[in-house]
Amino acid sequence: MAAKTLTIDGQLVSAEEGQTVLDAARDAGIHIPTLCHLNGIQDIGACRLCLVEITGSPKLLPACVTKVQEGMEVQTSSDRLRRYRRMILELLLAERNHVCSVCVSNGHCELQTLAAEHGIDHVRFEYLSPRLEVDLSHRLFGMDHNRCILCTRCVRACWHVEGAGTKNVAGRGIQSRIISDLNQPWGQSETCTACGKCVAACPTGALFNRGATVAEMQRDRTRLEYIVTAREKSQWIV
Amino acid sequence: MPRQITIDPVTRIEGHAKITIQLDEAGNVDNVRFHVVEFRGFERFCEGRPFAEMPGITARICGICPVSHLLASAKACDRILSVDIPPAAEKLRRMMNLGQIIQSHALSFFHLSAPDFLLGWEQPPERRNLFGLVAAEPELARRGIRLRQFGQEVIETLGGRKIHPAWAVPGGVRNALTPAGRDALKARLPEAKESALMALERFKKVLSTHKQELQVFGNFPSLFLGLVTPNGTWEHYDGHLCVMDSVGNVICDFADPAQYGSIIGEAVETSSYLKSPYYKPLGYPGGMYRVGPLARLNIARQMGTPLADKELSHFKTLGCGAVNASFMYHYARLIEIVACIERLEGMLDDSDLLGTRLRADAGVNSLEGIGVSEAPRGTLFHHYNVDEKGVVRKVNLIIATGQNNLAMNRTVAQIARHYLTGSTISEPMLNRIEAGIRAFDPCLSCSTHADGRIALGVVLLDATGKVLDEANRL
Ligand code: SF4
Ligand code: SF4
Ligand code: FES
Repeated sequence: MAAKTLTIDGQLVSAEEGQTVLDAARDAGIHIPTLCHLNGIQDIGACRLCLVEITGSPKLLPACVTKVQEGMEVQTSSDRLRRYRRMILELLLAERNHVCSVCVSNGHCELQTLAAEHGIDHVRFEYLSPRLEVDLSHRLFGMDHNRCILCTRCVRACWHVEGAGTKNVAGRGIQSRIISDLNQPWGQSETCTACGKCVAACPTGALFNRGATVAEMQRDRTRLEYIVTAREKSQWIV
Repeated sequence: MPRQITIDPVTRIEGHAKITIQLDEAGNVDNVRFHVVEFRGFERFCEGRPFAEMPGITARICGICPVSHLLASAKACDRILSVDIPPAAEKLRRMMNLGQIIQSHALSFFHLSAPDFLLGWEQPPERRNLFGLVAAEPELARRGIRLRQFGQEVIETLGGRKIHPAWAVPGGVRNALTPAGRDALKARLPEAKESALMALERFKKVLSTHKQELQVFGNFPSLFLGLVTPNGTWEHYDGHLCVMDSVGNVICDFADPAQYGSIIGEAVETSSYLKSPYYKPLGYPGGMYRVGPLARLNIARQMGTPLADKELSHFKTLGCGAVNASFMYHYARLIEIVACIERLEGMLDDSDLLGTRLRADAGVNSLEGIGVSEAPRGTLFHHYNVDEKGVVRKVNLIIATGQNNLAMNRTVAQIARHYLTGSTISEPMLNRIEAGIRAFDPCLSCSTHADGRIALGVVLLDATGKVLDEANRL
């Protein structure tokens, strides 16, 4: 495969053709914040946290779905990008009910970590404080819509890694919800194999093991990448 | 300095403990109402949450005694799982509660109350605090501070450095004690014990010079409620639920504290936003009872450890069947500190504390869970109803400060009757009201200053409800 040479934050980087800007940056040790991206699962560019500036492009581009090109000049952090990222995170926090101190993912949450990284000590937007259910109907897992950021990592893990196709998104815009099968209690799903891949994929406290208490959800998200690599490349890289 | 502000009861107390003193036609104290802030909206907050989160949530709700809520909540959750938790887990939970009682009592005694009776009422409020105590009795104050730290260290050794340890979980606890942690605690025990005993001796001298406080600061017959072991030994985590009358007769003894609902009623008065629990068989307000150190020591026949037992027998000689003076809460607190330290001494060598089987695993086996334990301030009840999936549908908490509410009203009334002259609120009266309330160590998180003074708002009303005087101490 042909190699491409580009600069990221002024640093000369060589990447493989077909690689995303995000991958190239990470290989070069440059951190770009992400939320809907998860190694091993196909990217959809939904959360917009990984937006970068590319010289010559009038719009910001999501690094997770933008392929590298020869001579590309990428900026991963500028005042404008930081402002936008901060705003995205604040909007996510304001949209549902995030009470980190009592959340199962406290201390191990990607959203919380990013919020801390971006110095979010308060949210400038009005909280919507919706009243949302917690689905505890599944034998092993729980789903707390209060903590869901609709990144759809669970949906993609369920469809593309496990192949069960249980998880879906229903509704539009602010009414969107993650559902199981035809919007029935998770425990009544006929397709769910109880594999737990969605739980492993979830960046927040939305999906959890039943019985988990505050700060107890620590997940090993690398397992999904391991499975995908093993299947697609017949490589078992632990 | 003092500002005049009017507090509208509807906006809650917001940083104030509010007291209304009502006079009768003859100008004598007729009625007193002490309004306490309670968790409101708390129940709503928990509804819809998985029950396993309750220990963590309730520990966060109250910043003053998170450990107590953590334990009562975990116990309620154990009932939902319908499990007996591993013995090691129970011992560890008990150990944390001992640490909590030590630190809370030390704070109440040394930091908050001792300045009143060791420095004297005449001292201005700016000086009547821990700093004043450090200046006047440096050794005692220093030891008091370290004693509280010791209690906190017990908690931290188990639950980690973070302030609100979500360490107790349904079915058990998350981690055991480490050998290093145990050794560090053991090393501090002798000093802690010495300090507690020193404070006891000091306080006994106070008793001989504070006859009036003993008589006036909430000295009246009432019931007492608390936990006790089946054989009558002092208890803080489990045991029977016992009610004793003012002369020492046990009038109720439940082997299962979860039956509390049949004896405790909760009155809600329109003039107040506080639930006042009372002993049902005697009705409201006749069924007034007190909880906390005084109640526990009245109910216990023995403490179960040598030094504390010696003190308890002295304590018992100060009442007739039961000690009714609320000023004796202070004494009871010190005896409990000694008991806690002795118990820690006795348990730290138990190898169970380093165990690995710490958590029983089960699903929802009961739709109701009631957890009762002794918080430093008194018996704490957590009562949850869940659906068959384990989603919390109803929560009821009965906290110590609420249960002592009727008795605190009586205390303030007694003090007001004694010290009120004419139709104005005097400084000496205000001081004594504050101290009278403080004997109960109420958890007025929102109204306690950093230096320990209570932000008080006192309103004096005549028989027609007209405001005669108003005093605010900010
Ligand atoms: S999901 Fe993450 S951000 Fe949301 S409450 Fe939980 S820890 Fe906080
Ligand atoms: S449940 Fe988790 S993984 Fe699924 S969309 Fe919500 S936040 Fe993302
Ligand atoms: S990580 Fe690229 S858009 Fe979410």
